[in-house]
Amino acid sequence: MAELTYREALNAAMCQEMDRDDSVFLMGEEVAEYDGAYKVSRGMLERYGDRRVVDSPISELGFTGLCVGAAMAGLRPICEFMTFNFSILALDQVINSAAKMLYMTNGQVPVPIVFRGPTGAALQLSAQHSQACETYYVHSPGVKLVTPATPADAKGLLAAAIRDDDPVAVMEGELLYNVRGEVPDGEHVIPLGVADRKRAGNDVSIVTHGKMVHVALQAAATLAREEIEADVLDLRSIRPLDVDAILESVARTNRVVYLEEGWPFAGVGAQIVALIQDEAFDELDAPVVRVTQADVPMPYAKNLEQLAKPSVKAVVDACKRVLYL
Amino acid sequence: MAQGTGTATTRMVDGFTRDELHALLFDMILYRRFEEKAEEAYAIGKIGGFCHLHIGQEALAAGSIKPLREDDLVITAYREHTQAIAKGISPGAVMAELYGRADGCSGGRGGSMHLFDTTVGFWGGHGIVGGQIPLGAGLAWAIKYRGGDQICVCFMGDAAVNQGAFLEALNMSAIWHLPVIYVVENNGYGMGTAFSRVSATEMEARSGACGIPAHTVNGQDVVATHRFFAELAERVRAGAGPQFVNAVTYRFRGHSMSDPVSGTYRSKEEVDSAVEAQDPIKILRDRLMDTGLLTQEELETLDAEARAAIEGAAEFADASPLPDPSTLYDHVYAEINEHGRLFLDGRGSQGGSHG
Repeated sequence: MAELTYREALNAAMCQEMDRDDSVFLMGEEVAEYDGAYKVSRGMLERYGDRRVVDSPISELGFTGLCVGAAMAGLRPICEFMTFNFSILALDQVINSAAKMLYMTNGQVPVPIVFRGPTGAALQLSAQHSQACETYYVHSPGVKLVTPATPADAKGLLAAAIRDDDPVAVMEGELLYNVRGEVPDGEHVIPLGVADRKRAGNDVSIVTHGKMVHVALQAAATLAREEIEADVLDLRSIRPLDVDAILESVARTNRVVYLEEGWPFAGVGAQIVALIQDEAFDELDAPVVRVTQADVPMPYAKNLEQLAKPSVKAVVDACKRVLYL
Repeated sequence: MAQGTGTATTRMVDGFTRDELHALLFDMILYRRFEEKAEEAYAIGKIGGFCHLHIGQEALAAGSIKPLREDDLVITAYREHTQAIAKGISPGAVMAELYGRADGCSGGRGGSMHLFDTTVGFWGGHGIVGGQIPLGAGLAWAIKYRGGDQICVCFMGDAAVNQGAFLEALNMSAIWHLPVIYVVENNGYGMGTAFSRVSATEMEARSGACGIPAHTVNGQDVVATHRFFAELAERVRAGAGPQFVNAVTYRFRGHSMSDPVSGTYRSKEEVDSAVEAQDPIKILRDRLMDTGLLTQEELETLDAEARAAIEGAAEFADASPLPDPSTLYDHVYAEINEHGRLFLDGRGSQGGSHG
């Protein structure tokens, strides 16, 4: 084990996979000479050369399509978005090309590609740079999505994403890049579709993903001071979804809060609520409550931004609500 | 035009032997008969959805694809039945795909707009205008990454050059010197909108901003088109970098099956005049007859062979079963592990219950 930042863990995963497979290459804006807009690819140009670490023009639709085409031909591109906000420009190639290619070719053309970069809000970046993009991706059959919350998960999930034969989006967080944590040395691969209980408790389940895991843990710590023990389930992988882990937690606590960074309408939480009422209705002692971003574009002013983001207090309040406290 | 000389077996037109010319004529007739059969099948409901015919543009399919190697890659838009056949997919597998049958080249999952057979280098069949252009750049990128000597030919309609994807892909192809030829099948209309109404510059000017050489070829002349692409393909293979070809052609039918041949956006006179003077099959036929390289009897034999091949294709499609309903969830994902659930439609055993 070594203590690494989340950023270093992502770098380690890319190097681990590029060392073992020449078909893996990294393309994106500022990934090579600049070492990555968030320095995630630091040193990789020097290590692998400009054949495999490639600065793209600012052409999200174009370079995403190029990477999808390269994946169709059997290469394994890591397509970096400076932020997933910019990938909205490229969604045609994600949804119409990458997600559907295997199906409409009747299995002839897999698309083993990784889309990665930060999603969601950082600090005062305002409306166009602060949205959680999970729904755009998981809405389409054919795409997989993982959302690592810790350095260890970042290394293991990114490695698994690169090895996977399908398009996998790896959604990171700008505010996570400096988070430090223990990361296994050597080869570390976490299978897609396995949730991780980040905290054990039997009173209420806080189910969440991505950087909201940290908000959930803070809320759980607050609740613990009132002798309420929350189960914090980090999905880690939204598609495939670890349904068994969700149902197990629901069966134990009978009370669920879903916490996510994005908007509520057709959000990830909406799917989780539908799933729980479909498959665990009788286990519930209270309706599931969702905590999300306010249903508004992200405002710039510090006070409004804080108001719009899901807060620790909102999670604590939601937990008390499902506990009828 | 160079006139033929010598005996019937050795005389040449523009460097082509009589047999080669007969083969090109046969290919174009085959494509014409295929599209006519598709038109007929559509009218009686055997083919559904959108269906875009290539009638009038057959010289481009034969002239640009036949000179390629089998391991060269072709990617294109959705008016692609004849291109698929030209690259080596059997007419039966294409027709079965149009019929939505299991033996279609995409297993009945793609239909008219999504024909694929990568074993012969045909990479689709893409339905979003311009969407295939960055994909074509990516196929070429993969060739270069692996140090291969294939080339990629990426077709598009004239309307596609107004998509951002076009400019982005051409720019990247130029900076990375990719082995790709971008071919505009310029039939003058994007659906019902004349190119001149949506472009302030001529087609040949559209690649210049990226530093990619532009060429124009008469896409109704299969001999000229074939000779041009044979030469250009070898130049690109030898490292000439990306090229842009404005292939001038004309569509004799409507944009799709629901679109009249003429009407609000182009006159009957314009279409009639093109059908009279610009039919690629007539152009080659007349040239061969004028130079004594084709008899009426030979023409009738070629046509009979083409008709028989297409009848066979239609019979193959008719006989092919519908896709097995149990395959509905196949090929959504290439890799399904024992963890987690990928399908969330609540249909359980039909795909939702693994893991």
